[in-house]
Amino acid sequence: MSGGSRIRVGWRASVGLTGDVLAALPVPLAFPLLIAVYYGESPVPFLAAIAVSLALGAAFRWTRDPAEDLGPREAFLAVALIWFLVAAVGAIPFVVAGVGTVANPVNAMFESMSGLTTTGATVLRDFSLHSRSVMMWRQVIQWLGGLGILILATAVLSEIGVGGAQLMESESQTQDVNKLTPKISRTAQLIWGIYFGLTGLAIAVYFLLGLAVDPQMDLYNAVAHAFTSVATAGFSPEPLSVGAFHPLIQWAVVPFMVIGSTSFVLIYFAINGEPMRLLKNEEFHFYLGAMGTLASVVALGLFLDPSIAYGPEATLRHAVFNVASVVTTTGYASTDYVQWAPAAKHMLFMGMFVGGMVGSTTCSIKSLRWLVALKSFKRNLYTAIHPDSVRPVRISGKPIDEGAIRDIYAYLLLSIVIFFLLAIVIVVDAERADVPVTEFEALGAAATTFLNIGPAFGDAGPYGTFATFPMSTRAVMIVLMWIGRIEIIPVLVLFTKAFWTS
Amino acid sequence: MHVVVIGAGEVGTSIAASLASDHEVVVVDVDPDRAEQLKYELDVLTIAGDGTSSEIQSAAEVDRADMVIACTDDDQTNLVACGTAKTLGGGFTIARVKSTDFLRTWEGNEGAFGVDFMVCTDLLTAQNIVRVIGLPAAVDVDPFAGGLVQMAEFEIAEGSPVAGQTVSEADRFESLTFVGLFRNGEMTIPRGDTGITVGDRAVVIGSPESVQSFATDVAPETTPDRADEIVVVGGSEIGYQTARLLEEREFKPRLIEQDPDRARWLAENLPDTVVMEHDATDTEFLSREHVDEADIVVTALRSDEKNLLISVLAKRLGVDRVIAVVDSPDYVTVFEEIGIDIAINPRTVTAEEITRFTYESVAENIAVLENDQAEVLELELTEGCGLVGRPISEIVADSDVRFVIGAITRNRELVTPRGDTVLQAGDHVILLVESDSVSDIASMA
Repeated sequence: MSGGSRIRVGWRASVGLTGDVLAALPVPLAFPLLIAVYYGESPVPFLAAIAVSLALGAAFRWTRDPAEDLGPREAFLAVALIWFLVAAVGAIPFVVAGVGTVANPVNAMFESMSGLTTTGATVLRDFSLHSRSVMMWRQVIQWLGGLGILILATAVLSEIGVGGAQLMESESQTQDVNKLTPKISRTAQLIWGIYFGLTGLAIAVYFLLGLAVDPQMDLYNAVAHAFTSVATAGFSPEPLSVGAFHPLIQWAVVPFMVIGSTSFVLIYFAINGEPMRLLKNEEFHFYLGAMGTLASVVALGLFLDPSIAYGPEATLRHAVFNVASVVTTTGYASTDYVQWAPAAKHMLFMGMFVGGMVGSTTCSIKSLRWLVALKSFKRNLYTAIHPDSVRPVRISGKPIDEGAIRDIYAYLLLSIVIFFLLAIVIVVDAERADVPVTEFEALGAAATTFLNIGPAFGDAGPYGTFATFPMSTRAVMIVLMWIGRIEIIPVLVLFTKAFWTS
Repeated sequence: MHVVVIGAGEVGTSIAASLASDHEVVVVDVDPDRAEQLKYELDVLTIAGDGTSSEIQSAAEVDRADMVIACTDDDQTNLVACGTAKTLGGGFTIARVKSTDFLRTWEGNEGAFGVDFMVCTDLLTAQNIVRVIGLPAAVDVDPFAGGLVQMAEFEIAEGSPVAGQTVSEADRFESLTFVGLFRNGEMTIPRGDTGITVGDRAVVIGSPESVQSFATDVAPETTPDRADEIVVVGGSEIGYQTARLLEEREFKPRLIEQDPDRARWLAENLPDTVVMEHDATDTEFLSREHVDEADIVVTALRSDEKNLLISVLAKRLGVDRVIAVVDSPDYVTVFEEIGIDIAINPRTVTAEEITRFTYESVAENIAVLENDQAEVLELELTEGCGLVGRPISEIVADSDVRFVIGAITRNRELVTPRGDTVLQAGDHVILLVESDSVSDIASMA
């Protein structure tokens, strides 16, 4: 072993795969391009992005060494590279369009990363400045990020083969997807088929409701919101978010956010005649239970708050909608909840850490991890009294591997540490730049970016903007949205010596 | 009958011994000394050689055998021996296995491996243990349809909650049927308004779980309930199956296993059992976990000596009932003389099951009740027999034979018989019939 300096990662394989994904980006870019042509807006921002993605894609693919296999290390590298570079290409239309706050490259990158990671935090100040095609690009990029561009890559690039499983595992959002079919690319196709179908259903529902009750929900808005509700992403071309639409439409959005946060594997089984697998799933119970409890408490708080006078239906709707939006990590709003009493806001803050189910489009900690941690804690209480007892932690009756429990503890600890560090950075940087940010607002902004939720509190609230944070804070947030979306480990391993050397 | 027994271990010898007087028995064993020895102990023909070899099987005249019983200590040998016997045209084949996996495969497709009847030693032993634990008040208990159905006879004691009730009041379990009531030695076939009095003996047929529930009703004092502590010591296959069957009866047993990997496996596979990883001979551990306060202790370790030690220890600590698994048949009496309540020997249990099976001809399974006044039969219905295709109420109305259908199993699932249940070919019907009418009912099946 000649020292530790030799690079042992098949980085050419990772770069080649990144090239494949970049070369495919013109397909989604064509959608806003067509919108631009339809509305007579400038197609240049999208043509520029297409040109860059094709050029980068070609260069990266040329670097590929066919002899290198996609192992676990290469998959980690590819995951990190792909998410970062797709976000970078996604920022190009904002910069080239050159309108408003997002003309600045850092802001453009923030907006693009926030979109791709389905965070939904925006730096836009004045929505009316932007063309319809640019606003649609924000929606498209969120839809792509919803299920993860890697499952999409696996579904489309059938030659990935064995490496696909590796990829989907690195992007751990989809960890239990492997079981559906023997062929990983076929599995990815099924999952994307469900995603496609749900999006189509959402378009139809929103559009028809729009015809019935609200002309503002036209086909453009129906498509734009369908893209970001099933993806639990949260961007909206409307400055008032979903609050701009009729109450009936707001109610209709809730089930789509909830379905988007439900395991797609279990949805697949439910569609194929095994609904009990979903209905008897403990993670599903936990997730719905957490959401229901929080919504009830928030609704009660709003009813008791004399400064809020929505009326009974609206109170219930705002409580259910905003809790669902936060727990599913969507980030839509039906009203400016920044105006609510601190108790209700703190409930929403708690909800940010729950997240939906593993294997869905949701972000944050996710219900499964909380459930395993809680059950393992309960087990520890029992073994404290009966030290000799052997008690596996079970989820839906299936025992969880002890190694997986340790991984979950490590993930939780790491998340909390990163979350607090980010909150400190936000407070300190705001102090330095003389921007007024309270500690609660900083905690909210840290949670919402790192856990990919979207709006927070204060200036960064649902009807506000992240543009008031100092540029340096936004740069840190870009990185943390990236790390948060691919669940920390694939990024952090890149910074270890062991990753690069044997 | 010409019977070929392959394997002259304890099980094979015991079977051969009980069949030797009435049948023509050939025993095959690999060990020539053992074969030689057996020739002088029993009135049988012995052949030394590999029981799976077609040459040896031909020498034993398997082709004209009515029954081939493969009961060596090795599962695969027994299965291959049965397969070979089938290709040679041997009659009914019986295989003894330890593995429950083989049993599952065979149950899924009866006739698999060329086996007509499979006896799983460990499962059978566990079923025996659970029956002894669960139904201490029963006078008689017999399993039917491979354990899916139980027939049990209870004596109604003074103070029993069902005394004074009518049959329809006492019969409140979904899959349970009252088939007979004996009073002063006279059998009556009960109807809904028949009253139950102290001193009666009630015969019920149903799922083991419902029989268990009924036992709790009949004799709540002696029947263990969910609050009772049952401790199984040793996570052997027998220990595991015992805990699993107890879980099925809705008990929450505790199981002690020393090996960490095995303990983890057991804990994963037994959701309602508290598994402890410790040496059960450690008295400090036993008192810390209050094993002394257990109502029932089952010892199922792999070593007889350890089972004996723990059984004695448990008795000394004041456990009410101790049931021990004893691997060596010679020790059974020793255990019971020392004061262990029940000693169960897996080989004896297996040999008894196989021997019992060989006695039965027309019916699959027989239990004789109360000095031969009535019998409980298990009939497998064939296509075109007199019972197939008709609802039960019609069959009963048309027939002057006195019988009650207690349970039906169809594709290894229990079907609770009702008046409008239509019988199908392939059903196993468990019924109680007066002894005089056995041949009548058998001719209908």
